[in-house]
Amino acid sequence: MKKHRILFLFGLTASSLLLFTACETLNQMTEMGTSIAVASGAIKEEDAQSINKSVSAVAKTFEDITPEQEYYIGRSVAATLLGQYKPYDDGVLTHYVNVLGQTLSRASGKPETFGGYHFLVLDTDEVNAFAAPGGLILVSRGLLKCCKTEDELASVLAHEVGHVQNEDGLRAISKSRLTSALTILATESAKGLGGEQLAEVTKAFEGSINDVTQTLVVNGYSRRQEYQADAAAVQIMESVGYDPNALIAMLSEMKKQIHGDSPGFAKTHPSPDDRIEAVRSQIKLSPRPAPKERQKRFETATASLR
Amino acid sequence: MKKWKVAAGVLVLSVCGVYASGQSMSVQVKETVLRDKPSFLGATVAKLSYGDQVTVTEEKSGWSQAGADGVQGWVHTSALTRKKITPVAGGGQVGTVASGDELALAGKGFSKEVEAEYKAQNKEVDFTEVDVMEKIVIPEQEMRQFLAEGDVATGKGGAM
Repeated sequence: MKKHRILFLFGLTASSLLLFTACETLNQMTEMGTSIAVASGAIKEEDAQSINKSVSAVAKTFEDITPEQEYYIGRSVAATLLGQYKPYDDGVLTHYVNVLGQTLSRASGKPETFGGYHFLVLDTDEVNAFAAPGGLILVSRGLLKCCKTEDELASVLAHEVGHVQNEDGLRAISKSRLTSALTILATESAKGLGGEQLAEVTKAFEGSINDVTQTLVVNGYSRRQEYQADAAAVQIMESVGYDPNALIAMLSEMKKQIHGDSPGFAKTHPSPDDRIEAVRSQIKLSPRPAPKERQKRFETATASLR
Repeated sequence: MKKWKVAAGVLVLSVCGVYASGQSMSVQVKETVLRDKPSFLGATVAKLSYGDQVTVTEEKSGWSQAGADGVQGWVHTSALTRKKITPVAGGGQVGTVASGDELALAGKGFSKEVEAEYKAQNKEVDFTEVDVMEKIVIPEQEMRQFLAEGDVATGKGGAM
């Protein structure tokens, strides 16, 4: 019997590895396999648990964060940011930014998030924008002021949607934090968290919020992530029908507005020149002027900024 | 010897069966809709909520053709997961938990419950404005009108 158990464990591991490519997660499959094995008496419950645990440890990454959890992380990140910045009180502008932003999000690679995309303008001269996980996007008055056209504003919002689509916020959460949090969650029963577990998970949650906020405000994403968000912006704009050259125009304007010692974008993003260079090769069409009606509504909606 | 052969066979069949046509999937967003074509331009044929099960028969450019309660339609694949999501006993649609082995993590952990605990420990973090911004949901009709009036959807189009 012992031999059979060893053989089975070996077979299970081998078949797990072979079938991994066809499976959504190794976890799911291993747990399925071990429960069958336990039921058939091939392995003991303890063996099954230890297999499940070791596989779980490998599979715990930010990808295991469900959209619902991403949503709750995003809400707390946005709430934390709104402790540092106040919303800009202009209902017309807020509505306009949401119409444009939510329309653009439909053309992203991830149009459906748990709670949807929502946009807010921050009352600060700082040139800055933050995309909290799940689609809560905060854009500063200072950044909007750099936009001279609706297409340029679209490029700013589409860039932030790109960060949400690429789950860059979640990637900022430290792996060790996720490993500890997700291991508790994996072993937790369906009834909900016990007092001690709730405290542990809340600690990991708080740590995750800090990781994301720190990255958004202080450290910035990697240069690669910024270039990828620009690339996503170009795709989104082309798909909807905006002129992607507006991103270059926007970056050129930003270059004039920000200096080495400026807070916000200057600290957390690659230089506008580098971004322009990276994005230029992706844009095939020549710049085209915006129709009058579009420009008129842009100027009306952004009137309070000037 | 026979036992483990059977077990291994069952394992392989179970795993492969999941990926045969007619894939069962769950809605992983608060709410979405089934549409009559694979585009946000499509008309709504049914509403879907978090945890709803659908059967996907085809995938095309990011859209899944899915059936739920006898109604067929299209839903963007980003709204779906292969994991099974079941509601918590006594809970609403949102705030669901995993049904044991088949679903490792969905709905558990960073949840409404944990947010409440986080709020209790961090009273200075104010969610009022977050709640306000989440309520801003632009109707699809308004988005279409916005694109038309701004003469926007003249590029490749297809998004709306």
